[in-house]
Order: sequence, then structure tokens, then C-alpha cells
Amino acid sequence: MAITLDTTIEEVIENFEFLGDWEEKFTYLIELGKKLPALSDKDMIEQYRVQGCQASVWLRVIPKKNDIYEIYADSDAFIVKGLIVVLLLIYNYKTAKQILDTDSSKIFEQLGLDKHLSPTRRNGLHSMVSRIKALANDSITKVS
Amino acid sequence: MTQGLDPTEKIKDWKSIRDDFPILNKEINGHQLVYLDNAASSQKPQVVIDAIRKHYEDNNANVHRGIHELSNRATETYEASRRRVAKYLNAARPEEVIFTRGTTESINLVAHSWGQSNICAGDTILLTEMEHHSNLVPWQIMAKRIGAKLEFISVTGDDGLLDLTDLDEKLDRAKILAFTHFSNTLGSINPVKELCQRARKAEVVSLVDAAQSAGHTTIDVQEIDCDFLAFSGHKICGPTGIGVLYGKKEQLEEMPPYQGGGEMISKVEYLESTFNVIPHKFEAGTPNIAGAAGLHTAIDYIDRIGLSAIFKHDQHLANQTVKRLQEIDGIRIFGPDNQRSAVVSFVLQDAHALDLATMADQKGIAIRAGHHCNQPLLTKLGVPSTARASFNFYNTESEVDRFIEVIQQVQKMFV
Ligand SMILES: Cc1ncc(COP(=O)(O)O)c(C=O)c1O
Repeated sequence: MAITLDTTIEEVIENFEFLGDWEEKFTYLIELGKKLPALSDKDMIEQYRVQGCQASVWLRVIPKKNDIYEIYADSDAFIVKGLIVVLLLIYNYKTAKQILDTDSSKIFEQLGLDKHLSPTRRNGLHSMVSRIKALANDSITKVS
Repeated sequence: MTQGLDPTEKIKDWKSIRDDFPILNKEINGHQLVYLDNAASSQKPQVVIDAIRKHYEDNNANVHRGIHELSNRATETYEASRRRVAKYLNAARPEEVIFTRGTTESINLVAHSWGQSNICAGDTILLTEMEHHSNLVPWQIMAKRIGAKLEFISVTGDDGLLDLTDLDEKLDRAKILAFTHFSNTLGSINPVKELCQRARKAEVVSLVDAAQSAGHTTIDVQEIDCDFLAFSGHKICGPTGIGVLYGKKEQLEEMPPYQGGGEMISKVEYLESTFNVIPHKFEAGTPNIAGAAGLHTAIDYIDRIGLSAIFKHDQHLANQTVKRLQEIDGIRIFGPDNQRSAVVSFVLQDAHALDLATMADQKGIAIRAGHHCNQPLLTKLGVPSTARASFNFYNTESEVDRFIEVIQQVQKMFV
């Protein structure tokens, strides 16, 4: 079953502007994370695990018709689940070209969450973005 | 030229000790820093920072090489630090102290050098289930290369104790017992003297990983009677990049060199070389002289406060923390009930350790979340990660309060 989230990245950005301190943002992110459907057990396997030392992230990217990518992801940490929702809003159901053309770090910066995407955080998110981009890149180089 | 601190100077009270550490006054994410990640690395007092600067400003040159004044000063700085470490550990001789990059390199040195000449195919290396990866992976690599086996002393469970019931049988099969003194994940204090003595009785060589204990309790290598002991400067208020391997003279003299290069040779020909005496045999290349200067001062500083006072202070804060955490619903605390070191590891039902650490960070509180380089142990305990608060002598009760407040707050967010 495909992941549908009843919100958009524009809505999230807008909501963030109204949130005051970090605690409110944190609470909102956790709420967002709760919208994330859990991955099935058969997907929570080593093959789909993204390396993160502080939390685990599982990621499965399935190419669909018309060069669209369906992304499934989950984490054991709530804050990471919330951040995954933001990433899905950015990258899910996009074409390889759209994925490569979108700079999620810009959006995270706008949300004031950029440090959570940093490779030094080792929460798995940076590796998640790298893996999605690498898959998109592979498909484009294969076609051309 | 003088090295180290005036030993007659008295320590101040616990609160004003904080003024010695410039970083402790800093704000992080808009809050006064509460640094509770001391098991990962400690903060540095101004005197240590000054000692490193002074070395570069006044005494910098290479060691053991020149006859000029600066080279002599650098050599004296470096060797004075070695003598200071020897005294700190109560080693019988300064040449039993080898400078390394840290605990990790010290253990690798023993695994390579001692292992190469003492471990054969089929031999057993005895470790415990609570070892840091740096006292596990070097042995795995060595065992694989030689065809040796690893065996483990079990951890009984959440209480973080070692199950010593079958120790004698395990020692009968082993060539070396390598174990941690204080656990970086559980806060357990292992019976170091008993373990080393039982190893010796069984004619098994012993290596103590003192990374977590060296700056937190008195260590007397002659009393413990271990063959090897390793620690890192950066965890005892010294700089990064310098650490120590203590080894008994009889062991070190028999061991082949670890790395080749300058300093470690006595005569070199194109096809063959003869090696320098200990400790230089194990210190190839230009060493970390400024690091040694910093470590010397750090040890002086710690001794001035006193290791038994530090141990009591750590334990008080850790016990306080455990007591307060126990009041929180859905908490699972690891480690022994009584004999606990400066480390408190726990998980909160529903919230992931990373959630706790991220929230704490926003409040300027530095704690660790993760597997603490102890993956197999956490797998055994059935948790992917824990949150860990770890203390040092500059931490205070009011910092414990601030930490507990955040945990309470996060707990409410997740129910
Ligand atoms: C018990 C233990 N052993 C070894 C190490 C490794 O120390 P270093 O990284 O300084 O070499 C650590 C550091 O976390 C430790 O806690």
C-alpha cells in the first residue's frame, strides 16, 4: 500500500512559521511522525537498513511507471519518523529528475531543521537522502 | 623550565572547580551548557590548555634527536610526562609506560605485537560481553588472522554484572584475559584485582581497559598485578591524541615492535635493523609531545583534586540520577544497584534514546544516545540503543536537576 500523508510540504512549512520555540516544533514533528504508516516486518530487514549510529532508518524505494518513485521509510526514533515524513513530502511520487533537482537541505534550512540532516548527526537521515538521490541518478544515467 | 603543577596547592570547593573549565561557562542552543557526556570525552581545565600552548610557545622541537637546547627541553617535557604517568599508575619503572594515541591504539598494539608472538591457531582469547568495540574488534581481527578463538565472560543481565561462576574453566582454556575496568555502557565496576589475580594464577596474561576508570578512581598497576593496562588522555581532562599503554617490563621486552620508523631503532642497515630498548621500541616516529605535556598537567590537576574524592562525587551524582529516574514511569535503567561508576544508561518506554538526546540538546544538555560502541551487549539486552548520562567531578546536583526535568518533559510528550 502506498503511503499517503494528508498534508503537503507547503503546509508543513507554513505551520512551522507559526510555531514558536523548539519544543512546539518538536511536538509538531512527533505528531507528523505518527502519521507515518509503519513499515511491514518484511521490509524492516538488513537489506533496507540505512546506516545511522544513533537510530535506525529503513528505506525502500520502488520504481513505478512513468519514472515515478514510491518511497517507503520508517525509523525506531519518533523525531526521525517526523523528519522522514518531511522527506517523503519532498521526494515521494516524484520522477528521478524531480528528485535530483530538489535540494531538501534548503527546505530543512527553511524549517530550521537543517542540522538534523547533517552527516555528523548520524541519525540515518543524511544517508537516506543520499540513497534516494543515488537511485534516481542511476536511473537517469541508465536511460541516457 | 618546570613541568606540571605545584603539588602543594590546595583544591578549591567543587563549585569553583567549574571556573577552571572555560567551556563549562558556554551557552549551547541558548542555554547554559550541561555536559553529561564525560564517558565519551572529558572537558579540559585552563591549565591543560595553557600547558599545550606553552609547549609550542617556549619548548617546541623534536625529541631524542638534537643536542640543541629546544630539543632537550622537548625531550625533557616528554620524558617528564612519562615519569608522571608511571607515578600516577604506580608503575615500577617509567619505561613500562608507552605513549600511544589512546586506549584503542594501546589495545591494538598488544593484540598485534603480543598476539603475534604468543597466540597460535586454536588458542583462546577471553573477553567479557561488555567490552567496548576497541577491546573486541582488534582481537577479532587478530583471531581471524591466526585462527584463534574468542570466548566471553557473560553479563548476567540489566544489572551489568559479570558471571564469574565458570571463570576458572574459561581461564584454563585462555591465553589472555582482556576486560574493561568500568563499563562505558552500564556503569559497572568490575573486580579488577580479583580478575587479574585469578588470571595470573592460571598463567593467563591480563589486559585492563581503564579508559573509563583512569581519571575516576585510583589505579595501582602493581597492586592489581595486571600485565597490560590502557587508557586515553582525553577522558581524564587531557588532550585528544595521547594515551597510554602500561606493560610489565618482562612482557614488553619480549614483544616485537608494533610499527617501524624513526625513534624505535638502534641500528639500521639496508636489509636489517636492531631495535631500540623499551619504551622507544614501541614509539615509532615523532610522538605527540604537546599531548604529553597536556597529559602531565591533567594528571597533576586530577591528583590535586584527589581520585578518592572524585570517585565519591561521581558516585553521588550517579546514584542521585538513578534515584530520580526511578520515579519516572516506563523507565528501564541499566547497571548495578550499588557499586556504580559515573555512568547511567537507560531507556524510556515509547521514546527512543535519540528522541531524548535531541530534546536534551535543545536545552543545552549533552547526553549520548546510541549503542556506545557496544553493539553486541545491547543486542543481548534487547535494546537497539540507550540514552546515557555520564558524570565528572565538575558536574553538580543542579545539573542533575536540569537533566531530570528534560527527561520528565519528554516522557510527558510521548505518553
Ligand atoms: C571502555 C572503553 N574502552 C575504550 C575506549 C576507546 O577509547 P579511545 O577512543 O580514546 O581510544 C572507550 C571510549 O569510549 C571506552 O569507553
